[in-house]
Amino acid sequence: MSHSTMDHAEASVTFNKDEPYVDWHDETLWFVRQKRDKSSKQLPEWEEMRESASQIKHYVLSHMDGLLEEFERNAKANGVHVHWASDAAEHNEIVLGLLKKHNIDRMVKSKSMLTEECHMNDFLIKNGIDVIDTDLGERIVQLRNEPPSHIVLPAIHLKKKDIGDLFHEFLGTEAGATDPQYLTEAARQHLRDKFLTRRAALTGVNFAVAETGGFVVSTNEGNADMGAHLADIHIACMGFEKIIPKQEHLGVFLRLLARSATGQPITTYSSHFKKPRDGQEMHLIIVDNGRSTQLGREDFRNSLKCIRCGACMNTCPVYRRSGGHSYHNAVAGPIGSILAPNLDMTKNADLPFASTLCGSCSNVCPVKIDIHEQLYKWRQVLVKGGYIPKGKEMGVKAMSTVLSSPRFYQWSGKLGRSVMRIAPFMVNNSLNPWFNGREMPEPPKESFRDWYVRNRKE
Amino acid sequence: MSSREKILQQIKNNKPAETQLPVKVTFESDYTDTEAKFIETLASVYTEVIVVKSNEDLLAKVNEMYADVVSKATTIPALASWSDFSLNIPDPHDLETIEVAILQAEFGVAENGAVWISDNHLPHRALPFITQNLAFVVPRKSLVNNMHNAYNILTDTTGWGCFISGPSKTADIEQSLVIGAHGARSLVVFLLEDN
Repeated sequence: MSHSTMDHAEASVTFNKDEPYVDWHDETLWFVRQKRDKSSKQLPEWEEMRESASQIKHYVLSHMDGLLEEFERNAKANGVHVHWASDAAEHNEIVLGLLKKHNIDRMVKSKSMLTEECHMNDFLIKNGIDVIDTDLGERIVQLRNEPPSHIVLPAIHLKKKDIGDLFHEFLGTEAGATDPQYLTEAARQHLRDKFLTRRAALTGVNFAVAETGGFVVSTNEGNADMGAHLADIHIACMGFEKIIPKQEHLGVFLRLLARSATGQPITTYSSHFKKPRDGQEMHLIIVDNGRSTQLGREDFRNSLKCIRCGACMNTCPVYRRSGGHSYHNAVAGPIGSILAPNLDMTKNADLPFASTLCGSCSNVCPVKIDIHEQLYKWRQVLVKGGYIPKGKEMGVKAMSTVLSSPRFYQWSGKLGRSVMRIAPFMVNNSLNPWFNGREMPEPPKESFRDWYVRNRKE
Repeated sequence: MSSREKILQQIKNNKPAETQLPVKVTFESDYTDTEAKFIETLASVYTEVIVVKSNEDLLAKVNEMYADVVSKATTIPALASWSDFSLNIPDPHDLETIEVAILQAEFGVAENGAVWISDNHLPHRALPFITQNLAFVVPRKSLVNNMHNAYNILTDTTGWGCFISGPSKTADIEQSLVIGAHGARSLVVFLLEDN
C-alpha cells in the first residue's frame, strides 16, 4: 500500500523525535482535559445530561430527513436561502457562485471544520477569492500554510515563539516578541480592518434548530459576529448532522459543549441567528459529503452524534503524543479516526489503528458516542476489505498461530525467556520496536503455567 | 434529481429505526443565592457586576466611571445626557469608533454569567461586538439560574440574539488567556433595581 502522505505511525515517529516538545504537547492537552473534569464535576446532573444529549441525538439520526425538511421550511420562512450540497466540490462551487454573483473577491470566515473537510479555502483561493480566517488560531495556521491540528484549539501544537516569529513576518510585530497579549493585540488590529472592509462573511454552525429554522454559532473571540453583522452576505455551512429538534434542546447542548471542550461553562458568545438583518442576504448550505453513507452503517452511524467539542482529542494518549497533523484529516483524534475511513478507506485505513483502545474518549464524549468500540469495529472492516498493509496482516496471522496452539505457545515462551536470559542483546536493540523507548521486562525463571503445574501438585 | 432530493432520499434509506425523545431535557440548578452565583461567575471572566438602585443612580455611576472617555453610546434613554455618540446612523460600519457602549439587555444567567441581548434591544447587531468596551444593564430581578430557565423565557428569539458572557477572549497563543480578542475588551454588568 503506498501513501503520498505518511501514515499515522510514520508521522508519529517524526513528531516524537523531539521528546521535550512531545511532553509539552501532552501536558498542554491533558491540562485542557483537567479543566473539563473540574467543570463537569460541578454539575451533579452531568451524567444525566450526557444521557439526555445522547438520546436526543439518537432521535435526530432516526428522524433526520423530517427534521431537515422542517428546518429548511422554517429557515426559508425566515428569509434565509437554503442550499444542499452532495459533496465537498458542490459545497465549494455554491460558495464561489454566491461570491461571484455579488462581485465579491474578498471574504472573512470564522471557524468551520466542515470547510476544512471540503478544502474550501484552497478552492476559493485558486479561483481568485481572498479568504481570511478570523479565529486567531485558524489565522495563525493559515499564515503558516498548514491545517489546524485540533478542531477547537487549531494552534495548540505551536509555541509563543513560533507565533511571534510568524507575526513578525506577516503582521510587522517586533522581532523576538512573544507576549501573548501583545501578539493578540496585533492580530486584533490586523483583523479588525478585514471585518470592516469585507462584504462577505462565512461561518460554521454549531447547532441548527429544526423547530425555528435558526442556528447557533459559538465563539470566544466574537469573530463570527464581527464578520456576519457587518457583511452584506452571510454564508453559514453545516454538515446535516448538526441539526437538533427543538430550541429547548439548546439548553442541554450549550451546557455540555464548552465544558467538554475547554472547561468553560459557556463560550463568550452564543449567537442565535434566525433572520438576516435588513438589507443582508443569509445563506445556509447543508452538506452531505459522505454523511448519508455513514448514516447507513449500523456500527458507525453513531459517530454522527458528534458536536465537535474535541474532548476525545484532549484525553487521547495517542493524540496527545502524536499531534493532530499525524492524522492527515481535517478532524483528527479518536472521532476523526471513526469518521475518516467512511470518506476514504484507502487513505485513512491507518487511523483506527492509531489507538490503544483505552476507551478514555468514550468516557468524556458528551453525547456518549461509543468511539473506542467503533475504532475496533473499523479495524475489522478495513482488514476484511484488504486495506491493511501485508506486513501487519502477516504479523497478526503469525501471532494468531502462536496463540491458538498451546504447545507452540509454551515452546515460544520458553525460547523467548531463554534468549532474553542468555543473549539479551538479541532483543535489546533497534530491530525490536518495543525497545524503542522502553526497557524489556525481566524474563521470569518459569512461565506461569509451569509454576501452576508444579505448585498444584503440593 | 437535485442534490436536495438525492440527499434526503439517501437519508430516508439509511436512517436507523425510530427512537423517542428523552422525557427529561431540562435540569434544575439549586443555587442558594442566584445573584451571588451570577456575580461570582462573571468575576471569573473579568467582569464587574454593579448594583444600581435607579436610573439616576446608574447615570451618576457611569458619569463617574467613564468621565474622560470620548465616543460613548447608549441605547438607554435615561443615559442620553451621558452619551456623545448618536446611534441613529444607517451604516453599522460607522460604529467603529465607539469607545464604550452601555446597552439595555434582557436578563442574565447565573450558571455562566451570560446576558441575553437581541434585535429587540439594538439598532445594529454589530454594536455589542464592535465597541471597544461594553456594559449591559439588566433588571436585577431578571436573573435566572441556568440555560434551561433561559430558554423557558426565550419563546421567541427574534431575528437575532446572543448570550454574551464576559469580554471577548482567546487562549490560542500557547493556552495563555488574553482578554480582548475581536469583540469588546471589557465588560461591566449593571443590575438595576425596580423603581
